[in-house]
Amino acid sequence: MSMKISTRQVDGVTILDLGGRITLGEGSVQLRDSVRDLLGKGQKNILLNLGEVNYIDSSGIGELVSAFTTVKNQGGELKLLNLTRKVHDLLQITKLYTVFDIKDDEAQAIASYAK
Amino acid sequence: MTAQASRITYTLDSSLDSVNKVEETAEQMARKAGVDDDEIFRISMAVREAAVNAVLHGNAYDPQKRMTASFENTGSDLVIRITDEGKGLDPATLPDPLAPENLLRGSGRGIFIIRSFMDEVHFKQLHPGTELTLIKHLGAAPTGA
Repeated sequence: MSMKISTRQVDGVTILDLGGRITLGEGSVQLRDSVRDLLGKGQKNILLNLGEVNYIDSSGIGELVSAFTTVKNQGGELKLLNLTRKVHDLLQITKLYTVFDIKDDEAQAIASYAK
Repeated sequence: MTAQASRITYTLDSSLDSVNKVEETAEQMARKAGVDDDEIFRISMAVREAAVNAVLHGNAYDPQKRMTASFENTGSDLVIRITDEGKGLDPATLPDPLAPENLLRGSGRGIFIIRSFMDEVHFKQLHPGTELTLIKHLGAAPTGA
């Protein structure tokens, strides 16, 4: 059971709709490759829609952090959208909830990017 | 209460398939014990993290090395033991993943999550290897790690 990723563009923001599991050896690598691919194309405003992500482990959390810092270091912004309760709780206990810019409304999230 | 009757032990190779099997077994064990869905998630995730630790950091995916996982419902506790054949792990040397300087690290949160989700966590050095014992008390409020 791996992660599903689909990509869409809305007003200069690339939205990655993620579903399934982000774990070691499964979703983590897919997520890393997807973000790297977007940055390679110059798409630096990235919104990760985690609404269908039902499971994430410490490796997946690490991958979110790495994606966040990689995008930031290249002058872009990576934000999170639609956290499930489990992912929300994990980001709370790992103190990452304040690190990420987390949104629960897609339109507002898109409007929040500096373009 | 017959502890031996409900103990299952697996000896597994150092692979992600083994990690998934251990996680699934923990989930089934917790469900059978009657704990709620949130606790099932916490227990199975903690066990998965322990198995990842054994396979990835302990055995380093070495095909010659095995992970052992035992699952026991004592009636009052769920006890899961994960053993690897690696070079050993001293929990005192692990960086605090909540420290500001470590917050943006891409790894190092597994043991922290295990401790957050289980009631007791014990490390034992096996020379070589590490045994990690994860305990969830049944029918009582969590005591914290």
